[in-house]
Amino acid sequence: MMKKKRMNSNSILLMLTILLFAAMYISGCVAYADKGFTKLQVFLDILKNNAGLICVVCGMTAVMITGGIDISVGALIAMECMFMAVGVEEWGLPAVVLLPLMLVIGLVFGLVQGYFIGYLEIQPFIVTMAGMFFARGMTAVISTQQVSITKSPLMSKLSTMKFNMPFEIGAYLNKKGKLMVPNVSIYVIIALVVLIATFLILRYTKFGRSLYAVGGNQQSAALMGLDVKKTRFKAHVMCSFLTSIGAICYVLNTMCGTTRQALGLEMDAISSAVIGGTLLTGGVGNVIGSFFGVLINGTISSLVKFNGKLSSAWPNVVTAILLCFFIVLQAIFARFRKKD
Amino acid sequence: MTTLKKVTQKQLFLPLFSMVLVMLINIIYDVAHGNPFYNFFTISINSQGILYGRLIDILNRGSEAAILAIGMTLVVSASAGTDISVGSVMSLAGGVCCVLLAGFGNVNVNSYAVPLWVGVLAGVLTACLCGAFNGFLVAFLKIQPMVATLILFSAGRAIGLLLCNSAIVYINVESFKMFGGYTWIFPTPLLITAACVLVTALVLKFTALGTYVQAVGINKDAARISGYKSAAIIFLCYVVCGLFAGIAGIMATSRIYSADTNNIGLNLEMDAILAVALGGNSLGGGKFRLSGSIIGAYTIQAITTTLYALGVSSAQAPVFKAIIVIAIVTIQSPVVKAYMKKRKAAKLAQSSVEVHA
Repeated sequence: MMKKKRMNSNSILLMLTILLFAAMYISGCVAYADKGFTKLQVFLDILKNNAGLICVVCGMTAVMITGGIDISVGALIAMECMFMAVGVEEWGLPAVVLLPLMLVIGLVFGLVQGYFIGYLEIQPFIVTMAGMFFARGMTAVISTQQVSITKSPLMSKLSTMKFNMPFEIGAYLNKKGKLMVPNVSIYVIIALVVLIATFLILRYTKFGRSLYAVGGNQQSAALMGLDVKKTRFKAHVMCSFLTSIGAICYVLNTMCGTTRQALGLEMDAISSAVIGGTLLTGGVGNVIGSFFGVLINGTISSLVKFNGKLSSAWPNVVTAILLCFFIVLQAIFARFRKKD
Repeated sequence: MTTLKKVTQKQLFLPLFSMVLVMLINIIYDVAHGNPFYNFFTISINSQGILYGRLIDILNRGSEAAILAIGMTLVVSASAGTDISVGSVMSLAGGVCCVLLAGFGNVNVNSYAVPLWVGVLAGVLTACLCGAFNGFLVAFLKIQPMVATLILFSAGRAIGLLLCNSAIVYINVESFKMFGGYTWIFPTPLLITAACVLVTALVLKFTALGTYVQAVGINKDAARISGYKSAAIIFLCYVVCGLFAGIAGIMATSRIYSADTNNIGLNLEMDAILAVALGGNSLGGGKFRLSGSIIGAYTIQAITTTLYALGVSSAQAPVFKAIIVIAIVTIQSPVVKAYMKKRKAAKLAQSSVEVHA
């Protein structure tokens, strides 16, 4: 009975997130119909601009389910993008070598952070803060300039590769009478594959279930025979690895490396996950919710962009208000749960 | 051996040791470059009649972090969590102050729209209000500190930007430069910091507040059952943290006599948290030492200044900060501590076996 009730309040939160997204999107469609907000391509562009964030938020959700946090993700992306850009432009290495190397860097980064958090039992916030400093500083050590990727044919090809929607869904004729079919880039597909894979891992594998168990109550998880240290270690490795995939999406989208790349992305990821119903205390969370959290963030930015007059500070304010709303709601639900 | 152990186990050992290490590096660097070894410590009065020297520079530049560290120490101690909004709140306080002084919509003024004290007070009060908001979420709604302060972390700076219309508001009035300038021969930020530290230390010493905070931090529920108002104490700590963030914000704004909302207090919350950790305070709450945090804050500034002197660019400096953080927390890690204890016990056992044999 207790269990069922708990599931209910979480699904209410998830429903609220989805409803909020729908309400926002529809109101955008009504308000900016003349500017073309209703076009499917606008929605797909939200996905395109947030492909990296979707990958990151998958990893972040996994870490947050164990009760941890990772604030190094933005800096890690900056470091890997810079590595890629300088690798192609100055060291003259082929992108085929650099892309897997990016994943390896992420993996090593995650292994080190995970070791400190899982096995040395140091607070995740502090360890990943050090990770953030390190990665941000290393970005500047690699190069302090803005480096654009121009010399790699493979990267240019991947970056501009487009997949049209099947059956010409949402196609329209433009002013010149040419048929425009909405399309997505390859990195949107990568992000969606990561999303589905993470969803399946969290829901159906032993590892995924142990994440929830560890986050719910470490002691009972340990008594159940779960290796708590190893689970937390693995969660952080997974987060850094998925962030590296996110970095690939990011670099394909921006095609450059700068020291200010992905500044504050960690907070976007955390707020998306929280809006999506992931509890920072651990044990509760779902990547689908986090995905909608990202979509809400993306829609807010998109709406501000379509308005054209509002200050660029507005998305931050609105996100913070939403964050506040959801956090307070979660707290109220938690209190009700306790009373039962 | 025993005296050495006693010294190393003192809480202030870690920050003082790091400070001495930084000074040593400076001395070695100076000697290697043909300067006298005392170059780092020279303090002179320059032609403008103010104190001048690298030590003074560190004390001056480290003021904001030191002030933030006071509030952060209380917050960490009482709620076992960190307030990551302080940098953002600093920027908001500076923004509110400048917008009021300049009059809404003006970006460059040569006279005040309202008296100076009104602007400063409004800025500090705004920061207190931010602290109260954080405190309310943490103390009464029992939300994790990091999440609760995440709201103002992203909103504070953004609201400041909206107030300033995304522009930098300049206040070209001599009296506004006071808080970031010089009083007699001393840098004013240093004096303000000293005053803040002194007041906090006296309050903690002569009232039971310090004990309350520690009791709540060690065990919130036990403290509540013993008759402390746990929630109210945590709330108060956050308000105080906001107050100090406001003071630091006004100071940082006054230094550049403008509200550069995008950059004031950027990443300073990390420095403040680091100062608390470097001061030997547990980030898990409970017992704390204010002096540790203050020394920690100045040590971080000393490290930063030294790195700049060694020719490391400001963008690359975080790499070294990261290494320092990892070194500190590894020493403090419970697992490493337990391992050292075990090794010592094994050694003792071995030596006693040898004695018996």
